[in-house]
Amino acid sequence: MIEFSNYDILRNLLFATQWTILLSLAAFIGGTTVALTLTAMRLTRNPAMQRIVKVYVELFQGTPLLMQMFLCFFGLSMLGYEISAWGAAILSLTFFTSAFLVEIWRGCIDTLPKGQWEASRCLGLSFLQTLRHIILPQAIRVATAPTVGFSVQVIKGTALASVIGFVELTKVGTMLNNATFEPFKIFTLVALIYFMLCYPLSLYSKHLEKKFNVSR
Amino acid sequence: MSLVNLHQVHKYYGDHHVLKGIDLDIKAGEVVSIIGKSGSGKSTLLRCINGLEQYQEGGITVDGKEVTTEDIQVRRLALSVGMIFQNFNLFPHMTVGENVMLAPTIVLKKSKAEAEATARAMLEKVGLAEKFDSFPEKLSGGQQQRVAIARALAMSPKVLLCDEITSALDPELVGEVLKVLEQLAKEGITLVLVTHEMNFARDVGSRVVFMHQGKVWEQGDSKTILSNPQTDELKQFMGAVL
Repeated sequence: MIEFSNYDILRNLLFATQWTILLSLAAFIGGTTVALTLTAMRLTRNPAMQRIVKVYVELFQGTPLLMQMFLCFFGLSMLGYEISAWGAAILSLTFFTSAFLVEIWRGCIDTLPKGQWEASRCLGLSFLQTLRHIILPQAIRVATAPTVGFSVQVIKGTALASVIGFVELTKVGTMLNNATFEPFKIFTLVALIYFMLCYPLSLYSKHLEKKFNVSR
Repeated sequence: MSLVNLHQVHKYYGDHHVLKGIDLDIKAGEVVSIIGKSGSGKSTLLRCINGLEQYQEGGITVDGKEVTTEDIQVRRLALSVGMIFQNFNLFPHMTVGENVMLAPTIVLKKSKAEAEATARAMLEKVGLAEKFDSFPEKLSGGQQQRVAIARALAMSPKVLLCDEITSALDPELVGEVLKVLEQLAKEGITLVLVTHEMNFARDVGSRVVFMHQGKVWEQGDSKTILSNPQTDELKQFMGAVL
């Protein structure tokens, strides 16, 4: 049996943290892109489009992220599509992230007075021009803090990818535990690393919230 | 020649019959004040004229073109109809100058220099030339409303619609906004205002339209109708506001 020194444990965990960060980034970028598209669809005021977005949000908010991951990983391969654990993790986290971001952003856009839309319309701005020049610049200011705050949920969500065999922080933690039988030490370290990733983001989100509240 | 024409306009909100067959004809250069109790359909009428609200029956034309709520129609309409709102609706993330320059730049495709010249001229007209680089939140309500007027004027509209534009202002700020309107009226711009300012309607307005229960109840030359109302409803209304 191989002996693991504390240094070995930490080195392995930190190495795996890279994958957690990478997966979080990929999910966040994917989620933001999809959420932007869905938000645009929702704003068109086209009933069919709005229904699609509604179903999408209900579906992915109303089922556990773990089930979505299972379905992406095992389900897709049953259907004959080969998908890696990495691909399945990104795909399901993108669904999860976008479903929540759409709702967060909806709230931000809805807080803008209806008069902003009406004034733009009366000045002859098209829907897209209104969105680009009037609505988005104001909505982004309001949305930044909750969006950064939500990224914490994405980071923690990546831990589930360990279940489908993607080797990230949690998975490496489990593997080390199997080899060393020191669950307390190892999982405390794992939790600490997650905390060190998430806490600065929470702080930053609070800072942004304060900053925008003052200037409004 | 008629600039704005409404013919038998009916408007419903669900089962609620808001406008019950409005006929109205407004000529270029007229200053028309629409008065009446709240809920009589004044604001709805105004919002139908610029395509913000859909009407179900009848027809509205502005400058000979039919008004619909179709996006492309509203945009064409915006070139001839300017609108001022009760709560200003300035764009808070833009300076005063940018507020006024926005539509001329992206809708009329004017060059930046040209749009800026127009914006400065319009702000000068409402007495706010020195506020070009300020943000709306730094201005008083009366100043904000004057910026809104400048913003509408920058599109050189044929008719300006004003929806209770002094109702959200502190009493001491009402005068400065009315003064701007009076100046515009003298220059011959066509104004249609929903208002509670009876003195303004009488002294500056050319015609008063009294609305009651979704109908044009009584209308006529502003001085005559306000000093000698014919219907009981208008008499009662005048008694309540004066």
